[in-house]
Amino acid sequence: MEPDNLLFTEEHEWLDADGSEGTVGITKYAAEQLGDIVFVELPEIGEVFSKGDTFGTIESVKAVSDLYMPVGGEIIEINEDLENAPELVNSSPYEDGWMVKIEITDEEQLTDLMDNKAYEVYLKEQE
Amino acid sequence: MKYLPNCGEELQKMLETIGVDNIEELFRSIPEELRLTKPLNLPEPKSEMEVLAGLKHIASKNKTASDSAFFLGAGAYNHYIPTVVSSLISRAEFYTAYTPYQPELSQGTLQALFEYQTMISQLTEMEVANSSLYDGASATAEAVLMTDRIQRKKNKVIVSDGLHPEYIETLETYLHNLPLEVVKVSLTDKEGETDLDALEGAVDEETAAVLVQSPNFFGVIEPLDAVSEICKKSGALFVTTVAEIYSLGLLRGPGAFDADIVVGEAQSLGNRMNYGGPYLGFIASRDKYKRQLPGRLVGMTEDNRGQRGFVITLATREQHIRREKATSNICTNEALCATMAAIHMAALGEEGVREVADTCYSKAEYAKDKLVSIDKVSLVYSGSSFNEFTIDIGKSGIDVIESLAEKNIIAGFPLVYHYPDRENQILVTFTEMNSKADIDNFAKELEGVL
Repeated sequence: MEPDNLLFTEEHEWLDADGSEGTVGITKYAAEQLGDIVFVELPEIGEVFSKGDTFGTIESVKAVSDLYMPVGGEIIEINEDLENAPELVNSSPYEDGWMVKIEITDEEQLTDLMDNKAYEVYLKEQE
Repeated sequence: MKYLPNCGEELQKMLETIGVDNIEELFRSIPEELRLTKPLNLPEPKSEMEVLAGLKHIASKNKTASDSAFFLGAGAYNHYIPTVVSSLISRAEFYTAYTPYQPELSQGTLQALFEYQTMISQLTEMEVANSSLYDGASATAEAVLMTDRIQRKKNKVIVSDGLHPEYIETLETYLHNLPLEVVKVSLTDKEGETDLDALEGAVDEETAAVLVQSPNFFGVIEPLDAVSEICKKSGALFVTTVAEIYSLGLLRGPGAFDADIVVGEAQSLGNRMNYGGPYLGFIASRDKYKRQLPGRLVGMTEDNRGQRGFVITLATREQHIRREKATSNICTNEALCATMAAIHMAALGEEGVREVADTCYSKAEYAKDKLVSIDKVSLVYSGSSFNEFTIDIGKSGIDVIESLAEKNIIAGFPLVYHYPDRENQILVTFTEMNSKADIDNFAKELEGVL
């Protein structure tokens, strides 16, 4: 069961929105699919992205994937712990493995995302 | 795939199987008036003996470095290659142009490439080197693309006029469709070094990288420490190209001047001039940029029994895994040439590489004195040089080079090929292959034709 306070994308990012501020990471499912994560490349603070833009990359022993913005926004904080401990994404995808904090440009876009129930249905469809 | 001819009987059987009467019928979709009805206009076939004799006759028209006094360089260098190089490289275990895709099966190849990387790192005084690129020109372009990946938002690249003109052409081709602006900085008239004032004026917050070749195309050793300082002030990455890797046997590696990326041409090590290729591009960088390096990296590790082993590492950056998002669309390398360079360096050792470099420098300095003492010859630049330098001979460089070629002296590179205003200037190069007698004779014959 995914945490019920989060919103989800079809690319398996999660967003924890608190007013106009949001925290972004990847889901447990995504982390498991990638396997052992060895490197997370994050953007610089102050960079502005639109919804769906690539804001970074995540590298596991077997693949590299892009990280996509769930909604448009400006990067206000990055998880610097991931530089030396990228495995946090595997061990704690929803807590210590968060990636960036953003200032959401358009809160309307939140309605395009899935809630945890919809995401679980979506995951079932993927299997 | 085998190319075996079929006999008439086999052809007939195949035609019957697919239900056509003759081969002509297979081409019926091509309009009749477009089909050739007579044999191709080719000469009669020749025997193997005749072909070899004919090719030998054509080859005899070549003037090669080994049967002339050879003072040509300009990016391709005539050095002695120890016999152990060809003897080891022709072993079946090494003799393939490819890096293995199943690395665990080819530990020897990977170990040789790992040693090559280590030696390139040591020569350049950089933290990490990859297992080769195509040549100095494309390696230079790859270095600029790498700075673009690191700097992302900065779109200006400053290139010294001392960069090899063919490297500049390659770089411009690579950048043609990218939003990167190339700004050129001239050389000083007197020393022939990158103009530091002009450089300082050109570098700004938008500058992703500054690219300087040392020794530069005209042979002058660049003030890398001062260039580096200018880069650090603005946050531009400092890239150095080295077209003659043997210079690093004598000069400090650019890493000692805080270079971010060092690239260049390593043909001089283990590889003959080969009529222009294959050559050996190298690239080295700071450790923190290793994920942005193009091409292959070999790493050393331990297996589950604690034994030393070699792997292709960080392969997820590469095209066969990451497709269009790869750090580079380079999908092969010069593994064989790199292995030859590694054998060459291992055979000479640190001391040997330094001795060869020292010999090149000493011969060039001897030749400099000798040539400049000729009445009509003058040194174009006063800056220090390694094994090549530019002279003005007061007469068309092409004409003089042609008349000396008749005396079996390949006198150098006429700069007018790339610079129309340098008609009387030639670039002359000296290596351990040039004897004192050859240099003396070159000076004498040059004086004779001026």
